[in-house]
Amino acid sequence: MIKVDYSYRKKITIISISAIILFITVILSICIGAYNIPILKSLMILLSNLGFGTVEHTVQNTIIWDIRVPRVLMGMFIGMALATSGATYQGVFRNPLVSPFILGVSSGAAFGAALSIMFPFIPFSIQVSSFIFGMLSVFMAYSLGRVRGKTPLVTLLLSGIILGSFFSALVAIFQYIANEAQLKAIVFWLMGGLYHIGWSDLLTVGILLPIGVVAIWRYSWRLNVLSIGDEEARSLGVNTEKLKIILISLATLITSLAVSSAGIIGWVGLMIPHAARLIIGPDNRFLIPLSAILGGIFLIVCDTICRTITTGEVPLGITTSILGAPYLLYLLRSKRNVFFGGGD
Amino acid sequence: MLSIENLQFGYDKNYNVLENVSLNVGKGELFGIFGPNGTGKSTLFKCIIGFLKPKKGSIYINDTDLLNLPTEEIAKLISYVPQEHKPPFPYLVKDIVLMGRTPHLGGVFGPGENDLKKASEALSTIGVEHLANRPYTDLSGGQRQLVLLARALSQETKIMILDEPTSALDFKNQVKIWNILKKLTQKGISVIVSVHDPNHMLWYCDNIAILNKGKILATGKPEKILTENILNELYGEICDIKEYGDLKFVIPKIIFD
Repeated sequence: MIKVDYSYRKKITIISISAIILFITVILSICIGAYNIPILKSLMILLSNLGFGTVEHTVQNTIIWDIRVPRVLMGMFIGMALATSGATYQGVFRNPLVSPFILGVSSGAAFGAALSIMFPFIPFSIQVSSFIFGMLSVFMAYSLGRVRGKTPLVTLLLSGIILGSFFSALVAIFQYIANEAQLKAIVFWLMGGLYHIGWSDLLTVGILLPIGVVAIWRYSWRLNVLSIGDEEARSLGVNTEKLKIILISLATLITSLAVSSAGIIGWVGLMIPHAARLIIGPDNRFLIPLSAILGGIFLIVCDTICRTITTGEVPLGITTSILGAPYLLYLLRSKRNVFFGGGD
Repeated sequence: MLSIENLQFGYDKNYNVLENVSLNVGKGELFGIFGPNGTGKSTLFKCIIGFLKPKKGSIYINDTDLLNLPTEEIAKLISYVPQEHKPPFPYLVKDIVLMGRTPHLGGVFGPGENDLKKASEALSTIGVEHLANRPYTDLSGGQRQLVLLARALSQETKIMILDEPTSALDFKNQVKIWNILKKLTQKGISVIVSVHDPNHMLWYCDNIAILNKGKILATGKPEKILTENILNELYGEICDIKEYGDLKFVIPKIIFD
């Protein structure tokens, strides 16, 4: 009897290596910026703030510890969250092409955020309001896209696009009637960016996002089973309706949290899980951690480009789109079967 | 082992897909469900595994009432082999088979050592261990059907239900599947299978039920109940039954006109 090799050493090695790359990216990104601080000096400041040495209260210290560190960490968490939620939606909807952006979650969440900017008397915080509308749009996209018990790709994507543009139109109305301060805040959501992030943001959202990612990861085996088909999953003992609601809620929660802190950042949730799947395969037990790590790396790199390429700030959503669109074109031209699905 | 009493199912009030279906399947029995297309075979299976709620009737495995059992518990008792199809993601064969362990998983994290062992054994029993590291989506239809069979085996259930497992396969793979099913019944598993070819019923099944328009026409030993009268009722006068030694054959009439 041949023994089947069930060891996952290679996959674990890939994940470990990318985790190391993520760590290096974080450190390098903290050392790089418009205000030039030598790398060694940056590292010294970083170490002193972590308890290895005495903290000098200089301008350099403020730039490194109060501006760059929270910003880079937040970028990492947001990239992780968007990529993880993308991988989750792709598994739940059984389609390698859906993402928070395409399902209209991002636009819905941005609308929720804009709503609470425009009408501060609404008794929800920006985060809660964007979560509610994020949830609303994903469930609307799913139920509108459902035809006779099935959810074909075309109708799902179309209803996502319809909802997305509907919510975008509502946001545009807000922009039209907003006063200057509100307008500034709303435009921020649409472009996406991390320039305002400080330690206080990191303490709330920065803690919730990793918790959400880990919570999803705990369901990754069941997500595998779910992704092969509803009926098969049920015959394998998975309560599909319950699992779908749990996973969609978690994925929407972390997307909305990310959107409410950094605005709409497109492409990460579509592109990163896809790239991760090419590297490590479709098994969500490994795909989700790798997506999270690659998402973190990608967003940190994009944000570092944003804050260094010109003297001012380039909105983050623009960089991710400029890098993301060619990747999607490459997929469209070279891997058509990905678009039309391997199966039915 | 499995007993179904007076099962009635319909998607709406006025029309019933299944009417008063009753049958008994014993331990280690290879039980065939035979009938023309659209006669309710798949619907019957879906009622048994809990996808569809019947209007009336009961389904028991020994003393366990299946109709009031949650999805997780049914999957420990019955495994289901659907007709093979391609999933959207290229999972490896060994991981597809490992999915059969899902109903037995304790924690939420995923399969453990014991599950890996069971899946690995199932791959060997079906004889597809050489495919273990290939993407499931790259396999041929016959290979995929064998992999699904291995998955059902790793589920370790007393009853296995297969929906037309041989209909998309070439002759060699059909024979292979039937031999494997025979082997499984010798291990004490009750196998329920829907088939289109009356000869397969005659040659391989211990007992069969003939289903037509949602009703059971006859149940019993295939060589007893699969008569020319029944076949005429099902299909019109298109076939004859011939005997060769102990074996019975259903052959088309036109050849001998």
